[in-house]
Amino acid sequence: MRSSTAPASGLRLGVFLLMLPLLLWLLLLILLPHVDMVLVSLRERIGFAEHRFSWMHYELFFTESLYWRTFLRTALISIFTTVLTLVIAFPVAWYIAKLVRGRRRTLLFLACLVPFWVSELVRTYGWMILLRESGVISGLLQWSGLAAEPVEMLYNDVAIMVGLVYASILFMLVPLVTTLDSLDDSLVEAAYDLGGNHLSVARHIVIPHAMPGIVSGSIVVFMLSVGNYLTPVLLGGKDSMWFTEQIFTQFITRFNWEQGAAFGVLLLVLSSLIVWSGLKLTRQSFAETMR
Amino acid sequence: MIATLPLTRRFRWTYAAYVLVFFVYLAAPLLVVGVFAFNDSRFPALPWQGFTLDWFIANTPERTGLIHDRGIIRSVGVSALVAGCVTFLAVTLATLNAFLFERCQFPGKNLLFILMLLPLVIPGVILGISILIFASRIANYFDFNHDILLDMLRPGLLLVVLGQFAFLSTIATLVISARLRTFDVQLEEAARNLGASPLTAVLTVTLPFLAPAMIGAGLICFLMSFENFNTTLMLVGSDATLTITLFSRLREGATPVLNAVSLLLMLGSMLLALLAVRVQKRA
Repeated sequence: MRSSTAPASGLRLGVFLLMLPLLLWLLLLILLPHVDMVLVSLRERIGFAEHRFSWMHYELFFTESLYWRTFLRTALISIFTTVLTLVIAFPVAWYIAKLVRGRRRTLLFLACLVPFWVSELVRTYGWMILLRESGVISGLLQWSGLAAEPVEMLYNDVAIMVGLVYASILFMLVPLVTTLDSLDDSLVEAAYDLGGNHLSVARHIVIPHAMPGIVSGSIVVFMLSVGNYLTPVLLGGKDSMWFTEQIFTQFITRFNWEQGAAFGVLLLVLSSLIVWSGLKLTRQSFAETMR
Repeated sequence: MIATLPLTRRFRWTYAAYVLVFFVYLAAPLLVVGVFAFNDSRFPALPWQGFTLDWFIANTPERTGLIHDRGIIRSVGVSALVAGCVTFLAVTLATLNAFLFERCQFPGKNLLFILMLLPLVIPGVILGISILIFASRIANYFDFNHDILLDMLRPGLLLVVLGQFAFLSTIATLVISARLRTFDVQLEEAARNLGASPLTAVLTVTLPFLAPAMIGAGLICFLMSFENFNTTLMLVGSDATLTITLFSRLREGATPVLNAVSLLLMLGSMLLALLAVRVQKRA
């Protein structure tokens, strides 16, 4: 018995009232601000509070090599980070999903969650203490005799990637563990019984089954890396050349909001494209993946 | 490569060693942050100079412990205020959203649900600048056309709250909806049969059932708001939140006071996270 006694019109009004806060939130905080960002990116300042339509900020992006290079660099390092995260996380996910049981398994899984609950700022600060010239790793290397002098490991691309992988590995681990967990052990056993070796079983059984997890994990990791600001700025130093840093510079330092908005639109387009193509690739729906 | 398959001893050990190295990688940065909060040295670096609590409690010309550091204490207050407001707003909206999506049928429901999920795929920096732009447009409009100054729409705490509210509502909605989905509607109908009005039935039967999810979502929102950096960075005015204060201190040069703050922050967030897991598990 699932009946509602309220009359149809009363129900409509009720639904509308319930929907109103959501609509306001959506309109005022999500949709209109983004439409406005696109509008601002398409105008040129010609005087005090005077503007006209122009593509100039997008043209500048393509003609000024610093800008498009930074964009490309951000995208490439993020892609590389995503692949690296997948490669590092997969064996760990397999271990948690298939090789340990019971309490130990819960414990390991919880241990993976801990860094995620700690502020990104604290995590990045930890990496600075580890990697810098006067840092812990440099100290250990000298103490063990592997290095004669202090070694500077901060302020380069490897440091950025170490930090980015660290920042997002959880979002790869969780979907991987979930999908691998649902893979029936007997399928793997059967594949080995039929003469498969590690490589062929991985290729024909494990990876196809884990694909949804791989894709949703990769999407999230890529998005988080592209949109990251703290890690590249703190671990990459002055020459980190990250696109979000460029957006910040345009907005806060140069007060050139039109240019900053154009960069924002470009970054949003890039990350939406990745999400969209990832979902298309695996024929998953956005709503289902996010649930 | 599953538990039931015979594996060579060497393979097993190599694999276990890899997993161990992975967990060392996870723990290392957090450990060093914590340990160097107690180092009796002006820099958070080796060599180890001995144990001290100075960076927490000292109040001498050379060393200011965190409890005497006005800037940090103030920004903790600001962060708590922001997080409190955001949590209240997000959980309220999320509870309404949960009823809307789980109980109501209306045209365009799927589209609305997808739109509601959008903040999950918008990078935090971009969410920040778009709200900054839109708020400034409204403020400028009133300023130029009606001579009304709307300073609250300039960078400052209200914008920080709105910016965080924008994406945390989605997360809270997902948590609370998931719980409402498992609710047995017959319980509510039973209350109605016993003479309760629809509102009373929801308030006395459904909401108590939802409470663990609401508390859990609230804790998650509080934590994520307290720790948020990307969106806040673009919207913050003169009142800095804790993460913003820490960031600018970090750029000036790190001192062990930052380690002390970070250690407390870590302990605090783990406590909240544990609480959030507990509350939802027990339900």
